[in-house]
Amino acid sequence: MGPPDARGWFGDFGGRFVPEALVPACIELEEAFDAAWADPGFHAELDALLCDYGGRPTPLTECLRLSGELGVRVLLKREDLVHAGSHKLNNVVGQALLTRRMGKRRLVAETGAGQHGVATATAAALFGLECTVYMGELDVARQALNVFRMELLGAEVRPVTSGSRTLKDAVNEALRDWVATVDHTHYCLGSVMGPHPFPYMVRELQRVVGVEAREQCRALLGGDPDVVVACVGGGSNAAGTFAGFADTSARLVGVEAAGGAAASDGIPGVLHGMRSLLLQDEAGQILEAESISAGLDYPGIGPEHASLAASGRAHYEKATDAEVLDAFRLLARTEGILPALEPAHALAWVVREAGRSVPSGSTVLVTLSGRGDKDVAQVRELLAENREAR
Amino acid sequence: MIALEPWLRARRSAGRKLLVAYVMGGMCEDWVESVQAIAAAGADAVEIGIPFSDPMMDGPVIQQAGVHALDRGATPAQVIDDVAAAKLEVPVAVMTYYNIVFRAGHRRMAKSLRAAGIGAAIVPDLPLEELGQWAEAADAAEVATVLLVAPSTPPARVRRICARSRGFVYAVARMGVTGERETLGHETTDVVRRVQEVTDAPVCVGVGVSTPAQARAACEVADGVIVGSALVRRLLEGGGPDAAAEFVGELREALDVG
Ligand SMILES: Cc1ncc(COP(=O)(O)O)c(C=O)c1O
Repeated sequence: MGPPDARGWFGDFGGRFVPEALVPACIELEEAFDAAWADPGFHAELDALLCDYGGRPTPLTECLRLSGELGVRVLLKREDLVHAGSHKLNNVVGQALLTRRMGKRRLVAETGAGQHGVATATAAALFGLECTVYMGELDVARQALNVFRMELLGAEVRPVTSGSRTLKDAVNEALRDWVATVDHTHYCLGSVMGPHPFPYMVRELQRVVGVEAREQCRALLGGDPDVVVACVGGGSNAAGTFAGFADTSARLVGVEAAGGAAASDGIPGVLHGMRSLLLQDEAGQILEAESISAGLDYPGIGPEHASLAASGRAHYEKATDAEVLDAFRLLARTEGILPALEPAHALAWVVREAGRSVPSGSTVLVTLSGRGDKDVAQVRELLAENREAR
Repeated sequence: MIALEPWLRARRSAGRKLLVAYVMGGMCEDWVESVQAIAAAGADAVEIGIPFSDPMMDGPVIQQAGVHALDRGATPAQVIDDVAAAKLEVPVAVMTYYNIVFRAGHRRMAKSLRAAGIGAAIVPDLPLEELGQWAEAADAAEVATVLLVAPSTPPARVRRICARSRGFVYAVARMGVTGERETLGHETTDVVRRVQEVTDAPVCVGVGVSTPAQARAACEVADGVIVGSALVRRLLEGGGPDAAAEFVGELREALDVG
């Protein structure tokens, strides 16, 4: 997976659809990132932070008991063990370094499940930056613990009451903030979406996931896995993972929430600065995504995923809420790992397809993008509701 | 159809300061009557919003108007039809977000605007670099695409934007989204001056112009103003065509006194 073209396009997707006021900031960011990414000094600083602060490299865990139940060999890339609990830290540490390079003093971010907000608040604390996180009002309620966590880390959390009051609206509000504050504020976008250079930059910052996993797979298996699976909200953990395997023969699968599956059910359109696949009506109004996982409730996907879907290099599938809950419990029971509900989508697909489109005996790498602590209270409620319904 | 740029140039030549008034299409029962009243009360052109679910350049007032419009079932086609039926005697520009245009199809949207007598369009999330396909379709349909210059736009870009803008040049008064403001700052005058250095097209200031006094102050340098949130708020408060006309009358008077 290489860079997009000079205007930020991955085939028919991407671009930079922002108000004129933000164009100079996007150009500044593009130049700052290109310079940093070509600078060994930047990489040394980033790698040291990810190692000494973030806990990288993360392990590759072979799931012996789960594999026994499923009849396929499951390997987990353990991004749940990164500091702050998810892969999101890989991205924000890089963007915080860039923020300092650009001489800006404040970060704004959107968050769904709260993981990207927590990661951004963490990096802001580490770098001594101000931090404002926009979060849909519904998600504030669903993820109360993460809101408190962000506040403890010194960030201000602003609930968003417009639109569907979830992730998409938090992005709108973060963009509105950024237009007014761009002279001193960097928009620390949490996924491979938005205007160029964000989709490219965030994928490069997450590439470490795929690069490590590939080396670890080679050491363990003497080769590549047959299937590489990751969940897709905007698609950053999937893009970082796929980047390590795109030039192998591994089958690449992204799994979306069935209630917000833009890759499967979306149509080309333009939102949040990018052309991509979007859930929308005939007039072009964006539809609301809905699932049990706040982090996947996004009516689009990153443009590079739309392009990978179009070329057929990656395939995008769905998992239902019920399948996700089952997978969540299965991993807890068989391996002693509580996954976040987001990567539980990737697991749910593996559970469903093991012995079907994933033949028995195959080796499957799943990116476990985050840990499930944030979701425990919600899972308890959901399971209680299910019991009542029965 | 009344072509926007010749109309505005002629009025400017006659010594008149230009007033462009914004209303969100479909936002209330009597929005069409309100637009007619605004035109009669002295607006030189009207800007009609086509509601979009995710208006990232808009502050709370215009967002709310958009929500009302969508809740009332407004669609791009219906708003365009209603404008056509209103038979306005001033030029009309639509303001919407690019996904509405993209979804309809560039050529289809341009043709339907033209057929409705709408001679201009403002698409704020479509910057110069991505303008190509829409601009081609709009030019072919003789729909003027008004481009925006922001306080952050560097000089070389100001030149390129002004060269490509049709109808007028929209000078964004300050960094931020639409909404009423107490004051207009230095950046407003600066951005207008920078535009005037590279073009003789009419330059209108918008985003944050909220009162007759602000409109008059902006027009000390600019050719005109675009007033949106302050007017839309009056309609949201239920003021209807009368309140809209009264406010536009006050703006007109302030501009005419000079
Ligand atoms: C643990 C975890 N995984 C995945 C995601 C989805 O983001 P992305 O698709 O960018 O990896 C989130 C978002 O909140 C998350 O918290």
